[in-house]
Amino acid sequence: MRKLLFIIMMYIFNLSVGQTPKSMVYIEGGTYVPLYSLDTGKVKVASFYMDKFPVTNADFEKFVDQYPEWQKGKVKPIYADKKYLQHWQYSNKLGKDSIALKNSPAVNISWFAAKKYCECQDKRLSTVAEWEYVALASETKKNASANKAFYQKILDWYGNASTDRLPNVGKKFKNVYGVYDIHGLVWEWNLDFISALATRDSRDGNNLDKNEFCGAGGKGAKNPGNYAAFMRYAMRSSLKANYNIPNVGFRCVKDVKK
Amino acid sequence: MKKIKCLIKNYQYIIVLICSSLLFTACKNNSSGERARSTIWSTEPTEKIVGEEKAILTDPPMVPPAITRDHATKVIVELEVIEKEMEIMEGVKYMFWTFGGTVPGKFIRVREGDLVEFHLKNNPNSKMPHNIDLHAVTGQGGGASSTFTAPGHETVFSFTALNKGLFIYHCATAPVGMHIANGMYGMILVEPKEGLPKVDKEYYVCQGDFYTKGAYGEAGTQPFEMSKALTETPDYVLFNGKVGSLTGDKAITAKPGEKVRLFVGNGGPNLVSSFHVIGEIFDNVYVEGGELINHNLQTTLIPAGGSSIVEFRCEIPGNYILVDHSIFRTFNKGTLGILKVEGEPNKAIYSGQLDDRIYQSEGGAVQNMPTEAKGPVKLLTKDERIAAGKATFASTCQACHQADGNGIPGAFPPLAGSDYFKGNPSKIIYTVTHGLSGAITVKGKPYNGVMPTQTLSDEEVANVVTYVLNSFGNGGGEVTPVQVSVIRKAGPATTTK
Repeated sequence: MRKLLFIIMMYIFNLSVGQTPKSMVYIEGGTYVPLYSLDTGKVKVASFYMDKFPVTNADFEKFVDQYPEWQKGKVKPIYADKKYLQHWQYSNKLGKDSIALKNSPAVNISWFAAKKYCECQDKRLSTVAEWEYVALASETKKNASANKAFYQKILDWYGNASTDRLPNVGKKFKNVYGVYDIHGLVWEWNLDFISALATRDSRDGNNLDKNEFCGAGGKGAKNPGNYAAFMRYAMRSSLKANYNIPNVGFRCVKDVKK
Repeated sequence: MKKIKCLIKNYQYIIVLICSSLLFTACKNNSSGERARSTIWSTEPTEKIVGEEKAILTDPPMVPPAITRDHATKVIVELEVIEKEMEIMEGVKYMFWTFGGTVPGKFIRVREGDLVEFHLKNNPNSKMPHNIDLHAVTGQGGGASSTFTAPGHETVFSFTALNKGLFIYHCATAPVGMHIANGMYGMILVEPKEGLPKVDKEYYVCQGDFYTKGAYGEAGTQPFEMSKALTETPDYVLFNGKVGSLTGDKAITAKPGEKVRLFVGNGGPNLVSSFHVIGEIFDNVYVEGGELINHNLQTTLIPAGGSSIVEFRCEIPGNYILVDHSIFRTFNKGTLGILKVEGEPNKAIYSGQLDDRIYQSEGGAVQNMPTEAKGPVKLLTKDERIAAGKATFASTCQACHQADGNGIPGAFPPLAGSDYFKGNPSKIIYTVTHGLSGAITVKGKPYNGVMPTQTLSDEEVANVVTYVLNSFGNGGGEVTPVQVSVIRKAGPATTTK
């Protein structure tokens, strides 16, 4: 009897929060102070699900099989410049590097293609706020923003040489949520990457819009020690939606149904 | 304002529109200001642009040839940003971010009035976006706002070189300090219309400070250390990006009677340089790289993000040592270069040592540095010992005894083919562990200097002594840490000199 009650309770519980979709993890919402914010207010992030891993080449091969208009050579130039999937031998698959790269992150993919991929999985790209919220987490803490060693580790990765071939996903950094590779593998597209608010010259902070973060001195930044985040904002603002970059990949998120 | 904040919170794309409209307004203001300035200050209109050419770019310490044109032209500059691992010292690797694959970046030479079409390329393998702020540019961001370039992309902008002088260029992408600390700076010379006076040799030297996780000389790949950069405590202060970049067979050269011009810059990010050449007096210094010329200077200040042009005539053969006269940087952090002048001596100007006699006073004891030994003891093969010793030699011994082991006549005795320790390696171990002062004779020449005790572990001493014994034409041999330990523990003056 007690067992039955337990099962019923579990069922109700599951109905209320929904089931975590396959290979995603549940990110409990909260608030945090973004790097560039001048006001004391925090940004609220609602609960959501995030892909455990960055999308891989193998995942993306399946996608272009299903949606041939996104194959290399077929995609419209306004959606992706000519470097789209430049590391693939064929229009719809990796070819000669298949074994080495099938489980490594899908890169050389434009924002448009990444966005479409997520939509076709009934998901979406994460916002900068969501992504940065998850990026605050170390292996053991959800908010490691006070942990200098954690930032130094991220900075060390930014300072390492690019490898000729990207390693497989899921091999290195796993944060406390169970999200892999949010640091240490590739940059990732965000839905609103363009609102990153770094100007093209990172020192205009006192001139145009006070809310732009000023990379030079970290003036106005909440945590000037967080140079790792400065670099992400700088990277995002150098991108355009049809760019395809060898170290920019992506992953998807999904809203929690109310 | 409140409204803008609100929009940002909601991440509306519209913010981009607001930003760009503000940008346009700012540009308008700038251009009208620029016009006003040119009508007041400019004595002549901008020169007519005739023809087009591709700029010759050179790696340090070389400088592109002087410009012989008597008119302005369109100059196309193509510079590629490359992130690559290179040695910051023998045996120590660092991930540099570079303009053109070298630190400092390639030297650019244009003429006053030239229209420069600048192409900035960011290598597809770069992890970072980059841009360039050339201090020679009049206009917003010095070009930075027009050249923000994602990996695998190329941006183009153009500017007219309105002001002559020697200018630094650097990356201005967030975090700016880190991009500069990783080596992203170089120099651009805007030659005056009439050209610079003719000299025999021109060289390019640029100082920079570097911040690594490990201390100076610690082997392996060393990552950038942000906390040291913030507190401005560099591990390395270098000319041209590497310990020994201008010494040994990489020394810059001239002959007696030749006029030398050094284009000297300071990329920073933090330190100001007190640039000095030991044994020379600058005949001319273009103060801070500008038009003002001062004469007969010993040391000239070069601010971070600034420059200086120094000129002098080489009179006497010898090794002239380029230093930052904030001198611990030179002997402990790496700012040491050599200008080698080879040719006939001139005794009237410099006699060399004429006499050497005993002088007794209260001083004269061997100077001591801290004696604690460091580092764990490992078992190495002889070859490993030699390899490790080579790195220690570069960081500890080379500044005085030179890369080729020949020392500096009259000052630092040679280790090459030395008869001083031949057949008795204990003497060299003793010298390193306890220091040495007073008169000695090496290869028939007298020396009377002081070598301080070196702060090296038994292991490091064994390695460096083994390296010396197996280099410079010495007879070979191997020394173990145990031997070193015995001599160290015996204390000073028990081994006869």
